[in-house]
Amino acid sequence: MAEPMLQLRDLVFEGRGHRAIDGVTLALDAGRTAILGANGAGKSVLLRLMHGLLMPSSGEVQWTGIDGRAPRLAMVFQKPVLLRRSALDNVIYGLQLSPAQRAEPAARLRERALAALARVDLAHLAQRPGRVLSGGEQQRVALARAWALEPDVLLLDEPTASLDPAAMRAVEAVILEIAAGGTSIVMTTHHRGLARRFADSVVFLDAGRVAEHTPVNEFFAQPRSGGGHAYLEGEIA
Amino acid sequence: MNWIAASLADAARLAFSLDPRLYAIIGLSLAVSLASVTFASIAGGLIGAAVAVGRFPGRRVLIVLLNAAMGLPPVVVGLVVYLMLSRAGPLGAAGLLFTPQAMVIAQFVLITPLIAALTRQVIEDAWREYEEQLRSLGARAWQAALTLLWDTRFSLLTVVLAGLGRAMAEVGAVMIVGGNIDGVTRVMTTTIALETSKGDLPLAVGLGVILVLIVLLLNAAAYGVREWAVRRHG
Repeated sequence: MAEPMLQLRDLVFEGRGHRAIDGVTLALDAGRTAILGANGAGKSVLLRLMHGLLMPSSGEVQWTGIDGRAPRLAMVFQKPVLLRRSALDNVIYGLQLSPAQRAEPAARLRERALAALARVDLAHLAQRPGRVLSGGEQQRVALARAWALEPDVLLLDEPTASLDPAAMRAVEAVILEIAAGGTSIVMTTHHRGLARRFADSVVFLDAGRVAEHTPVNEFFAQPRSGGGHAYLEGEIA
Repeated sequence: MNWIAASLADAARLAFSLDPRLYAIIGLSLAVSLASVTFASIAGGLIGAAVAVGRFPGRRVLIVLLNAAMGLPPVVVGLVVYLMLSRAGPLGAAGLLFTPQAMVIAQFVLITPLIAALTRQVIEDAWREYEEQLRSLGARAWQAALTLLWDTRFSLLTVVLAGLGRAMAEVGAVMIVGGNIDGVTRVMTTTIALETSKGDLPLAVGLGVILVLIVLLLNAAAYGVREWAVRRHG
């Protein structure tokens, strides 16, 4: 049996006197995972702990190496932060920071960045300042920036929140395409439809704890936890 | 009130008189202030960005010192620089006292803390917005600092202007280290002080009006650039 892609052991995160993550033990396989839960359940904190943006108060985050190296991680946030430069230069900036790609010649980085923008259907806006693009376009630039890094795992924190339906569909299409290319994706979302269409498995968090970790169809057909049931019934949001 | 009107009229005549001595004074003022602001912007910008992004022992003390140093009395700075550059001082061998270079040094010492402290504030605000994104991309602290300096460049223009304003308005320090030597180290502010003490008000008022106009023009230009930048880059 293959080793899980990621193992979390007794993970605890406390901040400002609040225990946001309360003893999470979890093994995630490569593939598509949706982390669901009510507001304040700890979804975004868990994602940041997985990435290493936050250090756990206790416990362990262990990624399984790929071909003898640590897996490449990339993360896209709910509100994308684009630098005050063109969309293209935003993608190039990410490549320049990447240990795997920064040694490449500038022309090659530009080529890669343009290809990434083309994949999210934004090649025609490559020279536009990133910050004047619409919210959906900015999120796609952020996805292109992450995608260009050729990550093994992409962590997405509510990537479609506060987008209009059309932008949401465009972002969802990009996410599905990235996943289809073999990149594992762990995504927090409030969007149940997206989770259902996208994920292989669901991790349901309740007050900083894993209430259940089940295949997506099982979760939406018959959640095992009371919290999961209440969430799907709309009793908690 | 008549003397004010007369002085203003004389000032206007003076401004358009093409008097080479007057333009030499204005030119030296601009050269000294721009040079000191350029050096102070580089040093203060880097210090401010490093303090904003870096986490190191003594950081808070450094922030308090930078903030306090914004209010350094110019005459004290002038005195310290004078002592350093005087023949008996540690830098006396350079022979810089009573030269425009000494004035640049004094203004540099005076405005670097101002630019560093204001830059820190601007960068720290931006860091709150950018931190997770830059860290997730693997940016080290120095890379983040340089990125933020570039990304906040239009906001930092206001900081540079604040430094330029202080440099151009400064009289105490440049008077001490420059000596207000006619044709060598005489700048607008020292000339205004001298002419006022001599009772030659038209020249003093004329230079004052020109000084204010220059500062206004620079600020208007910076405001225009900033507005354009916000529209262009978001």
